[in-house]
Parts: sequence; C-alpha cells; structure tokens
Amino acid sequence: MSEKQIEISLHHSLQTASGRLPMDISLYIPMGSRLAITGPSGAGKTTILRQIAGLSIPQAGKITVGDNCWLDTQNGISIPPQGRNIGFVFQDYALFPHLTVYENLSYGLRNGQDTKVVDMLLERIGLMELAGRKPDQLSGGQQQRVALARALVRKPVLLLLDEALSALDSAMRLSLQGLILELQREQGFTLIMVTHHLGEIFRMADRVVQLDHGQVVGQGSPAVCFTSQSLPRAALVLYGEVISSQVFPDHILVTALVDEQLRELEVPLDRQDELREGQAFTLTYEHSQALIQRIN
Amino acid sequence: MDWEPLWLTFKLASITSIILFVLALPISYWLAFGRFKARGIVEALIGMPLVLPPSVIGFYLLLAFSPSYWFGHWMDQVLGLRLVFSFPGLVVASLIYSLPFMVYPIRAGLQAVPASLVDASYTLGKNKIETFFKILLPNSKPALLTAFILTFAHTVGEFGVVLMIGGNIPGVTKVASVAIYNEVEALNYPLANQYAMVLFAVTFVILLLVYSVNNRLLRVRKTN
Repeated sequence: MSEKQIEISLHHSLQTASGRLPMDISLYIPMGSRLAITGPSGAGKTTILRQIAGLSIPQAGKITVGDNCWLDTQNGISIPPQGRNIGFVFQDYALFPHLTVYENLSYGLRNGQDTKVVDMLLERIGLMELAGRKPDQLSGGQQQRVALARALVRKPVLLLLDEALSALDSAMRLSLQGLILELQREQGFTLIMVTHHLGEIFRMADRVVQLDHGQVVGQGSPAVCFTSQSLPRAALVLYGEVISSQVFPDHILVTALVDEQLRELEVPLDRQDELREGQAFTLTYEHSQALIQRIN
Repeated sequence: MDWEPLWLTFKLASITSIILFVLALPISYWLAFGRFKARGIVEALIGMPLVLPPSVIGFYLLLAFSPSYWFGHWMDQVLGLRLVFSFPGLVVASLIYSLPFMVYPIRAGLQAVPASLVDASYTLGKNKIETFFKILLPNSKPALLTAFILTFAHTVGEFGVVLMIGGNIPGVTKVASVAIYNEVEALNYPLANQYAMVLFAVTFVILLLVYSVNNRLLRVRKTN
C-alpha cells in the first residue's frame, strides 16, 4: 500500500423526505484500500459516491487523489467525471441495452487504448463466450459481471460500487465479492463501496464508515464498528441473521444464516428476547466458545 | 385525376419532416435536460400550434411573410425569397405548425432513457455530445420514429395554414387538402373523393406501419 491517500471533504444540503439536512463528510482513504460506506437510506451514501465521481457537485468541498485535485470549490476547480479516472458500478447495472457485451466494454476504451484489455477482462469474468450477446440476454449475475468489467476497462484508480451486489442471490453475491477482491489485488485500485449488507462489509472492507443523517457516526474496522465492545483477539468475525428460534427447557436453538450458510446455534435461555427473527449479530469464537453479539 | 397536388403534399411533408427532425434534436435535448428559466415560455410557444386554430397561425404568418412587413421584406431583399404564396413559404409555415409533433415525442423519448445510462457514459469518459449520439438516440428509437411519422402525417393533413399563406396556385401551393376543398366547392364530388381516398389510404398505411414497427421494437425489449 502506498502512502498516498484520497482526501475527501464534502459539505452539502441533502434533500430528504423530512426536509433539508446538512451533510458534512471528511474521509481519508489510503490508496489501494477498501472502504465500505453504510447507513440507513437517506443518510447520503449515494450522494457521496456521485460527488466523488463528479456526477453531482457539492455546495462546498475538496477532493484530492494522491497529487491530483479533482474538486476544490473554493478555487473553482471541478474536474468533470470524464476526467476523474474512476470506475462506477451502478445499482441497476446501467448496461447499454443496444450494445453487446463486448461493445459495452469497449465503449469505455480511451482513445488509442489497446483493445486487449477488453478480452482480458472478458476472460477474467468468464464471459468470453457471451461477448456477442446483448445485456438483456444475460442473467442478473452475468450482467453485474459485465458492469464490473466495464468499470475497469479504463484502469481506474478508484472503483465506486453503489449497492452493486444488492439485487443478487447470496451464492452469486459471494462469487462476485471474491472476483472483486481478486481484481482489486491484481490491479491495485482503491475501492469505495456503498452497501447495506453486513456480510459484505466484513468480507470485503478493511474500513467502514457509518453514516446517519449526513454525518459520520462511526468509523473503523468492521469488527470495531459493529460490536459494542472491541474484540481484540477475534481473528474471525462472522456475520449472521436469525431465521428462527426454538425454545427448549434448558436452551434456545437458533437457526441463523451465518455467512450465507444455515447454522444452528445453542444459546442460553436468557437471550431469548435479544435474538428474535431477523436480528443481525456477529459471531466470534473465543476458546472454542461461540460469542454472539447483537448488532443494533 | 391530376396527381400534382398529391405529389406536392408528399414533397412538402417529406421536406418538413426531415428539416424538423434535425432542428428538433437539439431543442428536445434542451427541453428534456436543460435547466433554464425560459424553458416554460419556450415549451408554451412550441405547443401553441396544438391548440390555436390554424387560421390564427396562418394569419400571423401571412403578415410576417408579407414583403410589406420587416421579416418578409428582409427575406425578399436579402435572401431573395418570397414566402407568401410560394412553396418555400409553405415549408417554413409547416416547420412552425408541426414543431410540437416532432419535439414532444422526442423529448419524452429522451427523458425515458434511464439516467444511469447517461451517468455510466460520463464515467466511461464520454462527453455530452458523444453520449447523445451513442447512448440517448439509439435508446429512443421508437420515439424518434413516432415523432417523424406524426410530423409527416400532420403535415399531410395541413389545410388552414396552407390556404392562408399559400393560396391555391397549381403546381406551387395547391396541395391535396386544398385540391379536395376546391373540388367540393365546384361540386365535383367524384374527384374530391379520389384525392380524399388516396390521402386516407396512404395515411392509414403509414400509421399502421409505425405502430406495428413500434410494437415490435417494444416487444423485443420486453421479452428479452
């Protein structure tokens, strides 16, 4: 990881259902790292991504990426999205419906850029055989792969994912998460992802920023951020969600989705109220004892 | 039957539709995505031919085109173009009269293209003009086709404006709709019927083609 970093400070007046809301965000992101942004809807997550991409402009703010200034409202600098060297993966994929998979990717080529990168990326996402198809002839997962590959054609320094995997089923999501991590390791871009999905945060991000009402309410490593106390020795933190619970005389049997797999956990009776259906929790092991911690 | 009025009608409709198509692209884009205060006024002005009696538009165009007033005088002196009772005058009048039929469907088509496609194009390094021609237009094909044909059909059906500023000069301004009117006035119903039947049939076939092509385009989009 280089010492260079991305510095972002944004001030904007968010328009929400309950009126105007000031948004104030400062982020320092080491180049080559992976940041997740999470929070309730209306917190300003997508606005931040769009402003980083240059698709909308904050009322005041500054964005520097390494030595390059992308935005400095005080000095009247605002590089348009075309000049920012980013990749953006949209929630609805935003594939061009009239172009084939191959054409979607090559649409992003810079003037004079070698077309080999398109073949390389198609190979990498395993869709070489479908290069001649139109997007609507692909499954959701395949479309998302194309959107990801297309965002990487220009070799961006920064890849922005806007809830990009939220529409996929869990198996597909897992496989795409793996693919993104691999590509990130190979190409070294910095990743900023907006996501609601805690499993995704734990698996993919090395840092997370929690937003609420346009303000940063928590940040740090996912383990620190989502548990009431830090778990220093926890090498492995799993994310789970209660599916159902069954009460026995001396314990509760909780069926939960833990890291995309169904598991059964024995829990003491006194935690019955905490672990209701749909409750999210983290699961860590200490001295082969399972520790369940509720996420609020 | 004299085929000249029909030939004139379709010549006028073709020229008008082609010129309007080119003019309407930037206007529609501006109305769809521009942020200007004057937009409401421009929208209202473009829509006027939809609600005003053609005779009102014809009357004002007649005044404007007349060499006794500054615009007509200027056209006459500088460009050597006499717009009253001439074919070029009919074209200019049709451009104004059919403008909303071209602009409104194209604007609606452009607005219906998902905004994320435009955003994606920008993040892939393409500027607004490239995005317009490579993303927006190809994804508004049904709207473009509808706009072109509506304009064509509407110009074919023009009567009031044409009569006001073009009059009834055979081979110059006597289009089919005017010819029908003349034959009816002369109580020559069979000939009026022949002109009317041709217009009816051609217009019906054009609209039938448009709707079937558009339905196919939309169905292809849905089923895939």
